Amino acid sequence: MACLIIAESAIFTIFVVAYLFYLGKSTTGPKPSEVLETPIFYTICLLSSSLTIHLAAKCLVRGIGFAFLGFWLLTIALGGLFLYGTAMEWHRLIYEHGLTISTNLFGTTYYSLVGLHAFHVTAGLIMLAIVAVFGLAGRVGIKQSGRIEVLSMYWHFVDAVWVVVFTVVYVLGR
Amino acid sequence: MGSTLTNPFGTALALFRSKLGGNSRAVFWCLNHDKKLVEGCPPSQKRLKSNGKRQMLARRTKSTLRGGWRIALLWFASASALWALKPDSASGRGTNIFSPASTPAKSISDLSAFVLVITGIIFLVVFALLFYSVVRFRARASDGGREPAQVYGSMQIELAWTIIPILIVVVLFLATARVIHAIQDAPEPPGALDVIVIGHQYWWEFRYPKLGIVTANELHIPVSDLDHSTPTFLRLLSADTDHSFWVPELAGKTDLIPNHPNRMWMDPQREGVFLGQCAQYCGTQHAKMLLRVSVDRAEDFSAWVRAQQKPAVEDPSAIAGRRVFEQNACMNCHAVGGTPADGRFGPDLTHLMSRATIAAGAAENTHDNLRLWIQNPSAIKPGSLMPAMKLSDADLDGVVSYMETLR
Amino acid sequence: MSSNVITASVGQTEARPWVDELHQWLTTVDHKRLGILYILSALLFLMIGGVEALIIRIQLMHSHNNFVSPEVFNRMFTMHGTTMIFFVAMPVLFGFANYLVPLMIGARDMAFPRLNAFSFWLSFLGGLLLYFSFLGGSGLYGAGNAPDVGWWSYAPLGARAFSPGHSSDYWTLALLVSGFGSIGTAINIIATILCLRCPGMKINRMPLLVWMNLVMAGMVLLAITPLSAAQIMLLIDRYLGGHFFDTQAGGSAVLWMHFFWIFGHPEVYVLIIPCFAFMSEIIPVFSRKPIFGYPVMVAATVCIGFVSMSVWAHHMFTIGMNSYANSFFTLTTMAVGVPTGIKIFNWIGTMWGGRIQLKTPMLFSIGFLFQFLIAGLTGIMMAASPFDWQLSLSYFVVAHFHYVIVGGILFALFAAFYYWYPKMTGRMLSERLGKWHFWLFLIGFHLTFDVMHIPGILGMPRRIYTYEPGRGWDTLNFIISIGAFIQALAILVFVANLVISYFKGARAGNDPWDAWTLEWSISSPPPAYNFATVPAVASRRPLWDLKHPEDPDSRYE
Repeated sequence: MACLIIAESAIFTIFVVAYLFYLGKSTTGPKPSEVLETPIFYTICLLSSSLTIHLAAKCLVRGIGFAFLGFWLLTIALGGLFLYGTAMEWHRLIYEHGLTISTNLFGTTYYSLVGLHAFHVTAGLIMLAIVAVFGLAGRVGIKQSGRIEVLSMYWHFVDAVWVVVFTVVYVLGR
Repeated sequence: MGSTLTNPFGTALALFRSKLGGNSRAVFWCLNHDKKLVEGCPPSQKRLKSNGKRQMLARRTKSTLRGGWRIALLWFASASALWALKPDSASGRGTNIFSPASTPAKSISDLSAFVLVITGIIFLVVFALLFYSVVRFRARASDGGREPAQVYGSMQIELAWTIIPILIVVVLFLATARVIHAIQDAPEPPGALDVIVIGHQYWWEFRYPKLGIVTANELHIPVSDLDHSTPTFLRLLSADTDHSFWVPELAGKTDLIPNHPNRMWMDPQREGVFLGQCAQYCGTQHAKMLLRVSVDRAEDFSAWVRAQQKPAVEDPSAIAGRRVFEQNACMNCHAVGGTPADGRFGPDLTHLMSRATIAAGAAENTHDNLRLWIQNPSAIKPGSLMPAMKLSDADLDGVVSYMETLR
Repeated sequence: MSSNVITASVGQTEARPWVDELHQWLTTVDHKRLGILYILSALLFLMIGGVEALIIRIQLMHSHNNFVSPEVFNRMFTMHGTTMIFFVAMPVLFGFANYLVPLMIGARDMAFPRLNAFSFWLSFLGGLLLYFSFLGGSGLYGAGNAPDVGWWSYAPLGARAFSPGHSSDYWTLALLVSGFGSIGTAINIIATILCLRCPGMKINRMPLLVWMNLVMAGMVLLAITPLSAAQIMLLIDRYLGGHFFDTQAGGSAVLWMHFFWIFGHPEVYVLIIPCFAFMSEIIPVFSRKPIFGYPVMVAATVCIGFVSMSVWAHHMFTIGMNSYANSFFTLTTMAVGVPTGIKIFNWIGTMWGGRIQLKTPMLFSIGFLFQFLIAGLTGIMMAASPFDWQLSLSYFVVAHFHYVIVGGILFALFAAFYYWYPKMTGRMLSERLGKWHFWLFLIGFHLTFDVMHIPGILGMPRRIYTYEPGRGWDTLNFIISIGAFIQALAILVFVANLVISYFKGARAGNDPWDAWTLEWSISSPPPAYNFATVPAVASRRPLWDLKHPEDPDSRYE
């Protein structure tokens, strides 16, 4: 998983570089400062999901199956909430401001970067959901805690990437 | 197998061997159990802990130049290289990077010679070591299947062959950085000629903004001399994909990249025609995007400028052809100065007949070629973006006559 | 369950039906079989890429030739480059890594056998995708046919506007898919090496091949991914109307170049480092001495891994970067030559004082040393950016990189084939055919690639389907083409050797070369489980210790 994270970090780095390189270079179309609204609430959701998954993993190691499941499902809910927030934001950008991936350089780089991240969140949520199904069926115990650790590493990575994306898009970019 | 030592390596080897005493028996040095270095070792494996002491092996050797094939090949290759690199004298037909005619090309050529000498020395030294080790330390039946001394390494030697290369790198870098700066950061003197080069698929557009000239594919620039320099500064742009302006005897190449203007300069010190071509793959006809740079004496250059500045010749005998030209789609792409035709997609044709070639050098500018080109560009340059206009023979002849009046 | 039914051992019952055998091979997760599958698929693509090269060379035999049209020629050089890098060189090196790494560290298999299989099939699928483009359909100007944008697909040539149809998309998708396969293999290699070494094999006791594959895998993680990212961006440009590389909308063609070469340069080190690995195993065995300077070799490799990430823009010296950028990349490029040179010296130091056996693997190794030296030096020449302003994009650079890839990588691979074929199949390759292969290939190689430097110096650019007479390029190109055919002949001899020796070769025992690493302690071919008992090692050359108990390496390390 560490190796996968290294590789994925390289991919994200390239998209971040493209984003930063093209800041201010759009020849037409909406600018970041005009249309972006900082998604504070949804960011808090995602970052807290890192906490909940960590707690879930700890509970599993201690054998508290019920708490593990609870935290795990909470993680999925928070992650899902984040995706919902992204979807809402995109809806607003497309329909109210006319910003799509093909509008201008900002549109291209924004949707690519945030989209790539959202794709990784989605993939993560699918994996978490599969584990949740097994958990609800009572098949996740201390023996699986190693695998849960690996999966939660991935989830932490996704959160860390969001911190970077958030900073680059919503803080620096404006 | 007898050996005929007819090459320098073999001679050097023979000398080295004679110094060692060709008939000495094998001598090995080992650490004994008190960790002292002594001569003579037990017949089983010999061992030297890496303590920096050099291991001396002198053996009776017979040299068989098994590697001779490779040597012969190497000499053949370098001989033919040297022969092939003999630069053409200033005949204008050469594109040899080692026969520079302009300051940037000359600086590059001089730096390159320096780099070649250094890398050549490195090659000879390392190759000699490699060759020697293969010949000298080959397994022979007389060894009796013993393993040689198992040497693990030597920190001193490693340091030596780390530090020396680092020093070489520093020297090469400093020499190079000077030339980079001299060429790239050269300021543009006030007397310089400005040309804007715009790369297209698959032709070159040349504009002289201060002189009001637009032409294509064949560049005319004045000769310069070192005391009264009249260099030409080119601004490189592209209308479509990436291209690269390369006239080896005048300068190193610089790319033409859309949305990324570049700058280069040259100050040719001899007259003549210098050839080159596009060097960055730009599409189907990249191979036939040729360059022709005519370096003219000052008077000839002025004459050329004056001729180019005139609007198109209006020859009444070509009126029929001109009408065909203007009524078909020709003027959508081509411009003829002083007429309604002002298309910019294709080359400017105002002074087409002043050029030696057409289709960016793909064909000589003759009546037959011109006719064939207009009738069916793909016959000369398949994949060119000029469509075949499917003119009737009469119209075609008319257009060609019209073109031939555009002197 | 035996891993190879054809070399039937005593007591074997009747051979399994071929359908079952095929099924075994198609569903295997055994690292040895996957290694062989990688190598076989690479050999297949080598033949195809070689035919493409011959087509190129026939077209260029003399000026204004029309053996093929410009469109076909442009597809040929694109496919030749893409095939050779992504579907020959990478798979064959992954194949050897797959086969050898677990054996050399005393492991049962790779860390993630199913990921291993998945990665192989992804890589193979990528190759099929690329070649499917030939069938991909019709369109304007041959669009919808094989890609013809060069193996770098520079922007904006790769954009929809200049490459209509789907040809370019097959290129993009093939690389994207096989790139994911490569990342999977890299993860596998790293996990295997870090976690599955046998007892006693501390990290500084691993064979150099294992070290170098570790560095290679680390580089793959960081180098292939920028290409994947760039490919995704290109797809977004082509299909979703994005503007990443759309110069009309303010996008940057230079950005594609940076992304591509941030991949492209480390990629060539990814290709050469496993070849260094082969040399570091083969040269000591045939010189009968341990590798000279093991710790320095490791340090140099790691150093190369890092420094090579900082040299990429030496492929972009002509694009108009400012003088400071050009100087920086000149410096780093020259600097990366230092650890590389150190390795060459160490190999010569290994041979020095040894007892060199000039068997076929060693012949190819010596060829490698000679040619890699020259290739490195022509690289240093082009590192000097003003010199590169003349040499770049010309046949000089084509000669340089073929010197590295054919003269270096392919020679090292041939050495590896002759050395490890006995282990993989239980049979020795024929020395006689091997020597024919070597000398024929050497002559053809030098005829082609030594001479090829000259047209570059004489101003011949690359990627041109024809050239003007009277520039002095005609005779040279003719000689180059002849050499290409001689090399093709040599390859045929090689393939013949592989096939004939499989059936008629002398039986190899466990250890035909009297070598020292763990793979030579088990049978040839190895059993499916590799080691009957987990080996324990006390030095870098465990078999030397076993064979020379009175004088083991462990006393001296």
